[in-house]
Amino acid sequence: MTQRFLKLAAYVVAVAALLAGAAVSAQTIDDRVRDIARQLMCPVCEGQTVAESSSELAEQMRAVIREQLEGGQHPEQILDYFVGRYGESILAAPPKRGLNLLVWIGPFAVLLGGVGLAVRTLRRWTHPPLPGDAG
Amino acid sequence: MRWQKTAVFFAVVSVLAVLGLAAARERPPWSTPLVGHPAPDFTLTLFDGGRLRLSELRGKVVVMNFWASWCTACRQESPVLEWTWQTYRSRGLVLVGVNIWDRRSDALRMMAEFGKTYPNGPDPQGRILQEFGVTGVPETFFIDRRGRIERKHLGPVTRDLVVRVVEPLLTAAEP
Amino acid sequence: MSDLGAFAIRASLVVALYAIAAALIGARLRDERFLTSGRRGVLAAAAFLTLASVALIWSLVAADFSILYVAQNTSLATPLFYRISGFWGNMDGSLLLWAWVLSAYSAIVVLTNRSRNAILMPYVITVLMGVLAFFLVLLTTAADPFTRLQVPPPDGGGLNPLLEDPGMFFHPPTLYLGYVALTVPFAFAVAALLTGHLGPEWITSTRRWALVAWYFMGLGLVIGGWWAYHVLGWGGYWGWDPVENSVLMPWLVVTAYIHSVMVQERRGMLKVWNLALIILAFGLSIFGTFLTRSGVVSSVHSFARSSIGPVFVAFLMAAMLSAFALLLARMGRLQEAHHLESALSREGAFLFNNVALVAAAAAVFFGTTFPMLSEAVRGVRMLVGPPYYNQVFVPIALLVLLLMGVGTSIPWVEETLPRLGRHLALAATLAGAGGVVLLVFGVRKPAALSSFILVMFVAVVTLAEFARGTRGRRRIGESVPRAVYSLLRVNPQRYGGYVVHVGGLMMVVGIAASSGLSRQIDTTLAPGEEVRIGRYMLSLQGVLPYRDSTRIGIAVQLTVSNAGQVLGVLQAGKVVHVASQQPLNLVGIRSTPRDDLYVILAGVAPRKVRLQVLLNPLVFWIWTGMGVITLGTLIAVLPELRRTRRPVVNPAAERS
Repeated sequence: MTQRFLKLAAYVVAVAALLAGAAVSAQTIDDRVRDIARQLMCPVCEGQTVAESSSELAEQMRAVIREQLEGGQHPEQILDYFVGRYGESILAAPPKRGLNLLVWIGPFAVLLGGVGLAVRTLRRWTHPPLPGDAG
Repeated sequence: MRWQKTAVFFAVVSVLAVLGLAAARERPPWSTPLVGHPAPDFTLTLFDGGRLRLSELRGKVVVMNFWASWCTACRQESPVLEWTWQTYRSRGLVLVGVNIWDRRSDALRMMAEFGKTYPNGPDPQGRILQEFGVTGVPETFFIDRRGRIERKHLGPVTRDLVVRVVEPLLTAAEP
Repeated sequence: MSDLGAFAIRASLVVALYAIAAALIGARLRDERFLTSGRRGVLAAAAFLTLASVALIWSLVAADFSILYVAQNTSLATPLFYRISGFWGNMDGSLLLWAWVLSAYSAIVVLTNRSRNAILMPYVITVLMGVLAFFLVLLTTAADPFTRLQVPPPDGGGLNPLLEDPGMFFHPPTLYLGYVALTVPFAFAVAALLTGHLGPEWITSTRRWALVAWYFMGLGLVIGGWWAYHVLGWGGYWGWDPVENSVLMPWLVVTAYIHSVMVQERRGMLKVWNLALIILAFGLSIFGTFLTRSGVVSSVHSFARSSIGPVFVAFLMAAMLSAFALLLARMGRLQEAHHLESALSREGAFLFNNVALVAAAAAVFFGTTFPMLSEAVRGVRMLVGPPYYNQVFVPIALLVLLLMGVGTSIPWVEETLPRLGRHLALAATLAGAGGVVLLVFGVRKPAALSSFILVMFVAVVTLAEFARGTRGRRRIGESVPRAVYSLLRVNPQRYGGYVVHVGGLMMVVGIAASSGLSRQIDTTLAPGEEVRIGRYMLSLQGVLPYRDSTRIGIAVQLTVSNAGQVLGVLQAGKVVHVASQQPLNLVGIRSTPRDDLYVILAGVAPRKVRLQVLLNPLVFWIWTGMGVITLGTLIAVLPELRRTRRPVVNPAAERS
């Protein structure tokens, strides 16, 4: 049993190491630019973020992001910069306030509601009313 | 139990109805938060070597036009722009052309073709266009004498539009 | 030819309406002749639509430009292969394809149910032909693919160049094969509600249909992703495009459904859930068609836009209102008293599985529809992109993954917490150990790390199931390979399902790695210059003109090497599709099981080129995983092989 356990463990560790071969170590400036660029939608493309788009505007925006990061700006300031000029629609996800909370909370409300429903169903099944009880 | 399900069900129906109504509405163009605010300052190096700084144009009415040589609407509006420059420059209007997403040779060729005499310069890194939230060509900004963006127009301008927007700006008192 | 096609569509509509009448009269009067006639009507509708479809394909291949649709979707320059895909190039043909597939499926349903489900069949026919009639009415009015042009043009507009690609040849029809298959279980569900026959028959008769729908929708999504990755060329395979989302939503619900029906088949429970799930899935599939065809969402599929959207909303609302009203009406009969021994059981796990998958579908629904809602209420169109889905969808999906592991291990009927703990201990320990190893090696992003840990957990649990099963068979003398084979044949639904799970795990690994751990570099190179990404060194050889049968442009040649050793050459380009003048990306990809080296040519300047270079880990496993899922699905649809020789298993050990 222990031997089998060890064999399995070795196998899993090997798989994990293989996966880890693709890992990222430290965050380079490219990575940080990309992280911010991923939060902005490219205004001239269909459904692509600034990180993904190869359009000239997206490239220019990434250059501005890079310049501002090197200048010490924080990600929130850089996002605000673009929102100030392009409007809220440039954000790749709605800021968590106001009407937008609907989209952030909605699915979790469905999840919690569903869990509640499931719990109630399970309780009913494991403790069915005896015959003669009010239905 | 039953009414809860009916309630959820009708909630879904209303969502669908809202979506259906949303479908019927026309999609507004990309909104811009800059209208009504001071125009961002910038320095433009012109094709002929000169330099133009927006803040130095305070006191004049500035019309900024973003364009590219491969854009058919830009070609369409070029005569209107040149006419605007010739008609209103004596009254204190400056027309500035910013060439974006383009090649210098193509831009110069188009300028020669349409006889553009007003100041034109390239924005190769796109810094100016990003400051103005530009998403396409042509886009035209009308800036009043106090440096405030009065209006942004997407697409080619017409003489009619220019007259309607520019006249009030020109007659407004100097700061 | 167009007259033949137009006639065939109208004939099919007449016959479909007749079939509805005949089936209903036959059911009412209990007259076998009417029922048979109704069944024949279904077959006739399929025959007519086949005729119409062949007529359209013929016209496309022959480039008959007197037909408007042909003129819009093909040209003399279009290669033969892609003339056929002009069929689904635009809305009219797509609707005809939908109708054709539906009629064919209806015919199969009729032929396979000649001696079964006698009570349900008239109503099944009614629903199937009713949905078909809706599409046929559209095809004869607003969307007639055989509309003629007074003056045929000398050449056609040509196919959308994005569709001139093998991936795009298969993407729409595959999706339709899946989408449309949902109509069958839906029809049976409505028939069951109408007749009050709410027992297991409607579920067991449609189990394979649900699997077919599930598989082909999934395959269609993966083909779309493969195509986006290789052809659209932005470096990714999934962009949460609203139209693709509209297939993902019903797919998630059907995933819940195919698991949940097992509980009804075994214990007669979750009847209401199953009915609600299939009605919801069908509704989402119609909603998806609405999303694609209307203008309410911005999408790469914008060529599919038309004014027909509101019609679909109306149909959708009518269908959903009636179906749910029926469900509510029958609620009393469905809410039988059940007795479940323990909430901690596979039944319980599947119930939570339903909840989690529906919540995941809700996440996609909210994200897809919020821009419209925001615009309608505030006038500002807030966009919902990857950051939202990463924060909302991914956690719920991870929950589903966890349930996959727990549900595989937990037995039916009853389990105690200590026993479950012992069963999962090994898997949890190994997964935890693996997670620590990954952390040490630098995988820090929480979504990626949690995904890997959960994948390891589920993998060990699933392998343990196979181990347990083969151990039982080995006792009767079967070798390991033979034992595995026997498992798959004797209990195909279960073990085929496990194979599908393994394929799914591979896909999750690929998706998690390529989303969370990929790297990108924007660089400008002159010929001879190099750039390093990861272990690869890319060296620019030169810029060349590019030309093939339909496109021209420029391409760059790059040499790929690793530690000095040259591995190969990559080509990336920017081209224009000559006929349509549409610009396209030619992406250079070097794929290994470990990662994909991915190069996009962003622009060319005098003596320099701008490149986007990406290193995407483990993408290979996404496509491979789909292959394994295919294998597992095939196994699961096979009929069980009943054997006389059954292994003698210790009853105490046999827990499920």
